[in-house]
Amino acid sequence: MNAVQSVDSVALLPAYLAAGTAVLVLITDLLLARPRATLVVAALGALGTAVGAALVGAGAERRTFCVGADCSWIFGGRAALVGAVVALLTLGVLGLSVPALRAGRSPVGEYCFLLACSMTGGVVLGAAGDLITLIVALETLTLPLYVLVGLRRGSLASAEAAVTFFVVSVVATTLTLLGAALLYAVTGGLHLDRLGAVLAERPELRNLPLTVAAVALVLVGLAFKVAAVPFHAWAPATYDGAPLPVAAYLSTASKLGGVVALLAVVQRALPADQTGPVLALLAVLTMTVGNLVALRQRRTVRLLAWSSVAQAGYILAPLGALALAAGRTGEARDAAYAAAVAYAVFFVVLELAAFAGVTALRPAGADGGTLDDLRGAARRHPWRGAALGLALVGLAGLPPGLAGLFAKVTVVRALLDGGAAWLALVVAVNAVIGLAYYLRVTAGLWAPAATPTPAPTLSGGAVAVPLVGVVAVVLAVATVAAVVLGVAPQLVLDLAGR
Amino acid sequence: MSFGQVLLVAVLAVPALGAVAVAATPRDRAARLVGTVAAALTLVAAVPLVFGDRSWFAWSAGAPAVRPWHELDLPWVPGLELRFHLGVDGISWPLVVLTALLTLLCCGYSLWRVPEGGSGRALVALLLVVEVGILGTFLALDLVLFFLFFEVVLLPMYAIIAGWGGADRRRAARKFALYTLFGSVLLLVGVYVVVAAAGTADVVALTGGAGLSRGTQLAAFTLLAIAFAVKSPLWPLHSWLPDAHTQAPTVGSVVLAGVLLKMGTYGLIRVAVGVAPEGARWAAPVLGVLAVAAILVGSLVCLAQTEVKRLIAYSSVGHMGFVLLGVATLTTTGIQAALIGNVAHGVITGLLFFLAGAVKDRTGTGSLAELSGLRETAPRLAGLLAFAAIASLGLPGLAGFWGEAFAVIAAVQVGGPLWTTLGVLAAVGGALTAAYFLRLLRQVTHGRPSTAVGRVGPGLAGAELTAWVPLVLLALAIGLAPALVLGVAEGPVDALVGVVFP
Repeated sequence: MNAVQSVDSVALLPAYLAAGTAVLVLITDLLLARPRATLVVAALGALGTAVGAALVGAGAERRTFCVGADCSWIFGGRAALVGAVVALLTLGVLGLSVPALRAGRSPVGEYCFLLACSMTGGVVLGAAGDLITLIVALETLTLPLYVLVGLRRGSLASAEAAVTFFVVSVVATTLTLLGAALLYAVTGGLHLDRLGAVLAERPELRNLPLTVAAVALVLVGLAFKVAAVPFHAWAPATYDGAPLPVAAYLSTASKLGGVVALLAVVQRALPADQTGPVLALLAVLTMTVGNLVALRQRRTVRLLAWSSVAQAGYILAPLGALALAAGRTGEARDAAYAAAVAYAVFFVVLELAAFAGVTALRPAGADGGTLDDLRGAARRHPWRGAALGLALVGLAGLPPGLAGLFAKVTVVRALLDGGAAWLALVVAVNAVIGLAYYLRVTAGLWAPAATPTPAPTLSGGAVAVPLVGVVAVVLAVATVAAVVLGVAPQLVLDLAGR
Repeated sequence: MSFGQVLLVAVLAVPALGAVAVAATPRDRAARLVGTVAAALTLVAAVPLVFGDRSWFAWSAGAPAVRPWHELDLPWVPGLELRFHLGVDGISWPLVVLTALLTLLCCGYSLWRVPEGGSGRALVALLLVVEVGILGTFLALDLVLFFLFFEVVLLPMYAIIAGWGGADRRRAARKFALYTLFGSVLLLVGVYVVVAAAGTADVVALTGGAGLSRGTQLAAFTLLAIAFAVKSPLWPLHSWLPDAHTQAPTVGSVVLAGVLLKMGTYGLIRVAVGVAPEGARWAAPVLGVLAVAAILVGSLVCLAQTEVKRLIAYSSVGHMGFVLLGVATLTTTGIQAALIGNVAHGVITGLLFFLAGAVKDRTGTGSLAELSGLRETAPRLAGLLAFAAIASLGLPGLAGFWGEAFAVIAAVQVGGPLWTTLGVLAAVGGALTAAYFLRLLRQVTHGRPSTAVGRVGPGLAGAELTAWVPLVLLALAIGLAPALVLGVAEGPVDALVGVVFP
């Protein structure tokens, strides 16, 4: 083995671009100190990262940082998809942040820098080939968010949210690290593929109590990150306390990161017969509890937070098919992983559109408010209301939100291919529960205002809300993306299957 | 693309584009006019679908059981086995025309009167979207596409009820949406149970079982039958229907009762029975018992109703019971009875809801206790109501007779103690139907005019007559010449029964 590794810089290009964006934003802010310039640099950097990831991903799979056959950096189709989606989500969230930043609620330079750092974590995450890279990438994704959540000046809720998020997240990381260490103790490897190979070759290792404990710890730690029940309690408080765009980022990019990490270990490293039942249980609990609690929410962002908990359940559901032997054949496994990725992509597009819609219908820098604040909003602002309605209906999985419908169809199909009809039925019943609250919010948008507005309240109840151009663009792009994916879902299915 | 394929696309594209055009037209009345024109063009495109390749006259064993007159098959989402596969044959064509006709009548009616709650423009646009969904369901020859169109109907119909309905509309609309979604998610699971086992979603290839194992067929039929039973609706899954029908605006009730329910029975015949014939044979007795229970329960509940729209809504439960009994017999006679019962119910109940809406609009009440003596003040309206009620109770010579009579005959023909009993009980249900409709007539039209009825003038608006006359004529025409429906349906039904009992 050479003492000096050769490094494939092309494979690393997306990571360079993302990290470079963060550094450039910092420098621009220091030297120019012009908020507009900082924002533009951050946006261009995010766009460049997305393009870079797509270009590198268009070629063959590239590996680097290899020891023998095991590589720590594997940039293939899925890494490119994750990298590009995270970068585009960052771009979208930057756009949504413009009104809040203009209102002076948060310092622009720091905000953009932290967001770019988080994006770097997301881009690296998709390509991680060993447990350490994976955990470090996940932490790079999460760490800046502790600060971003608490960055709303003078808001106690925001600070509380940040502390909750920080404490829970640190505990989760510790658990994952402990699990990784135990896995190393058992197998002597940290590379995902090597772990998978060793555990497959030596069945006696699989049944060691130590291995079972390690698998459980890794899964539980990552389940925290996707806010799966019973490790979800932080999410609603954190989302509701965070500034709206940051909540959007948490429920899209950050959740996608958790899903990707979970997929990586489940697909490549851990034995499916042990992870399957755990994931099936997590999925059932997550969607059921998420949907049931969402029924009772009165605050917009809390409702979206609980609904995104439920959506995490749908993402995990196809992996639950691994619990049965029929779901562990090669073909069924591939279908399950592809379905989870595809659902996650459909979901983040719709979720971003939903948050963009809420942002567009709320005054600059305001929080999500209550559902009553959005009552009748679509009568005052037909286009914005229609876009938000489309996103919510899509999240419920019904036409005209065809993207969401196809997402559910993909999951159900993967489950039935894997012989897990019972889980498909649970998903189906949950879709009905989900419709109840999505319908309430959506119908409320067109409902006549409940009370003749006494006076324009501070939260901006029923006053016309001026629309910021950038937010409108983000909303329009996300809506168009949702419509296009609804007509041509095969695009996502092809990418997810690579 | 052949002329038939152009027509197939036009039947879906015209109302869809019409809805967009309506939404884009700023002036309310002009928009409603645009919508009505679009609905009329749809009907014009739907009728000539009947001219086409009728090679199914020469049906023989070994050929596929579904042989569409016109067919269009394009790939859409290969990853989900979804193809844009449309076709029309004798089972679907009468329903397609009925849908197009009723939507046209509803749009035309909306030109004249828009119920309170929202703009007429939005109402017409939603009606057209609902039409797209229903027509797509009848035309789809791909299971996944069928499911997709099945879902399209849900939210626009919810919006029609919630936006323009009566006092308790929100609850009724929510109940409708949740119940129906419950049905359609089971449909989704059922569809993919079939697709996962067979590897294709093509209805033409799947009809006849396509080598599915017994277990798969039983599972698939159970799921699909429950899904369609919610939509049809079959007792005991019917409880969304009375609320939705009662609260919906007149045009909403007409579309709901006239064609939306038919999506369930059509799906049962085409998808559930066609794709899982072994499952159908296995479940037929259960289906038959539930259907007869629906007939009896529906009629008995009708006898106790005090609200005119609610009474008509519950009468739908009974009538759809006859249709489902026909399907459950799995005989040529039974399925033909189901098809003609479907169309007749659409025509007659559509008319009944129009008339009930007119009565409610004029008197401001639907309570039977406050209505009496309508023939004294509004003889024409009372006469039409009497005609529709008598048609609905199944007087020979009118449309309602064939479906009910032949469903009973089919049940008796199957024989055995169970089916004979079911036939007899269904016949008793038919007598009860007569009883509650005559009670309705005695209450509403006879006697001394009540205060609410006393205000009513004798005249009928031109728009009302335009909307009702086609339905009256159709009820007569189908009653006198059932071959209008049965002639086109005979071949496909024979083929279907042929694969159910090979």
